[in-house]
Amino acid sequence: MVERSIRVERQWSWRTFLFQWEWLLVLIFIAVNVVNSTLSPYYFTADTFLQTPMTFLDMSFLVLPMTMVIILGNIDISVGSTVALSAVVMAVAYNAGLPMVLAVVLCLLVASACGFLNGLLMTKFKELSSVIVTLATMIIYRGIAYVILQDQAAGKFPKWYSALGWGSIGKVPLILIVFAVCAVVFGLLLHKTSFGRKIYGMGSNLTASRYSGVNTDSIIVIVSVLTGLMAGFTALFLTSRMGSTRPNVAQGYELSVIAMVVLGGVSTSGGKGRIAGPLLAIFIIGFLNYGLGLVNVQAQVLLIIVGLLLILSVLVLNVRFGGRYKRSVPGAAKKLATQEHPSEKSP
Amino acid sequence: MRKFLIRAAVITAIMAIALPVALFASGGKEQGGGAAGGAAKYAIVFKNTGNPYGDRQMGGFKAGIEEQGFQAILRAPDQPTAEAQIQILEQLISQKVAAICIVGNDKDALQPVLTKAMGQGIKVFSLDSGVNPQSRLVHVNQADSEKIGTTLIEAAYDMSGGSGDIAILSATSQATNQNLWIDFMKKTLAQPKYANLHLVKIAYGDDIRDKSVSEAEGLLQSFPNLKVIIAPTTVGIAAAGKVLTDKGLGGKVFLTGLGLPSEMATYIENGVCPYMFLWNPIDVGYLGAYTATALVTGKITGKVGEKFTAGRLGEKVITQAPDGGTEVLLGPPFKFDKNNIEDWKKVY
Repeated sequence: MVERSIRVERQWSWRTFLFQWEWLLVLIFIAVNVVNSTLSPYYFTADTFLQTPMTFLDMSFLVLPMTMVIILGNIDISVGSTVALSAVVMAVAYNAGLPMVLAVVLCLLVASACGFLNGLLMTKFKELSSVIVTLATMIIYRGIAYVILQDQAAGKFPKWYSALGWGSIGKVPLILIVFAVCAVVFGLLLHKTSFGRKIYGMGSNLTASRYSGVNTDSIIVIVSVLTGLMAGFTALFLTSRMGSTRPNVAQGYELSVIAMVVLGGVSTSGGKGRIAGPLLAIFIIGFLNYGLGLVNVQAQVLLIIVGLLLILSVLVLNVRFGGRYKRSVPGAAKKLATQEHPSEKSP
Repeated sequence: MRKFLIRAAVITAIMAIALPVALFASGGKEQGGGAAGGAAKYAIVFKNTGNPYGDRQMGGFKAGIEEQGFQAILRAPDQPTAEAQIQILEQLISQKVAAICIVGNDKDALQPVLTKAMGQGIKVFSLDSGVNPQSRLVHVNQADSEKIGTTLIEAAYDMSGGSGDIAILSATSQATNQNLWIDFMKKTLAQPKYANLHLVKIAYGDDIRDKSVSEAEGLLQSFPNLKVIIAPTTVGIAAAGKVLTDKGLGGKVFLTGLGLPSEMATYIENGVCPYMFLWNPIDVGYLGAYTATALVTGKITGKVGEKFTAGRLGEKVITQAPDGGTEVLLGPPFKFDKNNIEDWKKVY
């Protein structure tokens, strides 16, 4: 069980197993599908489940590292700008004569470098919070992208490149396969390695982790580089589907991504949450958008519904865990569990 | 344990109430679509929501489709981007609509999804802001693009007294129609008659009001000798009208372009904008509706020389478009000034 590897202290019981946030997400996912199917006769088809992910998965690569960032107790709002900058650099480099394969590598390098810079700033200037650091780089990266392209579009990529975003192996879209591989890698990293455990430890108590000999700075930098790298993936798939790129692509992605992570049950105060939650949240929001789009609901109504879901998730998490959810640290869980609900607030 | 059960009950109750409420609320605002089968469905996808010009255009499309007894689907993303339009187009393909009328946010980026739609037998054509000829059967053009370009430069020439700095305030840098008009404006400016008019900058307000206002302010600050602002977009011209009025620059810097009479009446009456042009966006949408049904019934296929009757607009002919594809023209741009604005501001 993934559950046990994180909270070793807590005894396994049916109650804790069944009342996990992820089950609620599964229920929401099923509800979304039931509602969508009743609303539109075109919804419940194999095409929906195989082809629709193409339209929302490009952004979802960012959800994986963002889960780590938020478990660390940090936040990264520069991801959208990183996507734009790496996409623009790739397009300009390709148009300047660089072979496409090298341009793709360049895109990933630029994105990783953006992440590295974030990590460097966060660890060298500890007095600055991650919000401030990434707010600054968000503006800087987008700014550079605008300076390079000046309100224009660049693209005209070779034909094979568009297969990245539009192609399928058999009936399964390529992007779904790549995403599944990335998700497994991030899941293993977070839940099965000492690297992952250090992330949880730092999210619960940074100072304690540092005094226990964890190289906290290097963990932060590595997570930042991973975030950048995944932004590069998003840039690749996005530009592949669009066939061109502009400096204003991926605008607002950071907030959608953070929303998915929070809906996935990851605590914004750090140290809590699992990769399965955000993964479910991606598909809930994705299919909700698609299903309501099928019955031609206005764009703004979709935003309202996602907002509602978000409030609901925060609300439910607080009621469910009675405030304990936020503050729980390894070791404390056991103590709390043995007492008769010491810190409850009435629902 | 009891408290725990109460909590579980509360959660279930919240879930049970909130989700259907959210969906019901959305169901109430649903536009024309839904599972109600029967009549063939015709869809129009505009650039973004909250654009009065777009609302009228979609309204005209709806009227034209419904008076023929079909069902109209009106869609627009919340952001004026191609990626958002791609998502909507995918949804329309899944719904198996008969025709898609696209007002493009990007000329080329929509090609993969539009060719996919055409591959499934959906009749795809663009309206107002076109897509490239490979992604459409025909384009519904509101007015002769060259005529718009020359008319607006002639207006700037007239307002500036023949010489001085002029600037253009456009929508997004990728808006196909805007760029075509700007190209024709540049070509017109190259003629010897306009040698003393200097185009100092093309600013992009992205058809977002705030951004257009700050771009207009930027123009005034960077170019103190500016004489005329040409805004060939309804959002841009209204934003510029507000900026010029607020700064009291009426009579010093003139404004012209393409604007909605109802939004521009104030600025035409106070002299900030001596006159401007537009076609009737309702008619553009209406012509789109009849183009859609003509394509679906097979009356036209998008070839030059084909004719069809567009309801109250009469007979229309398909002609060669400057970009290599084909198009249907609505008519020449219409001039709005102090004499007629009073009547037109009530219409649209």
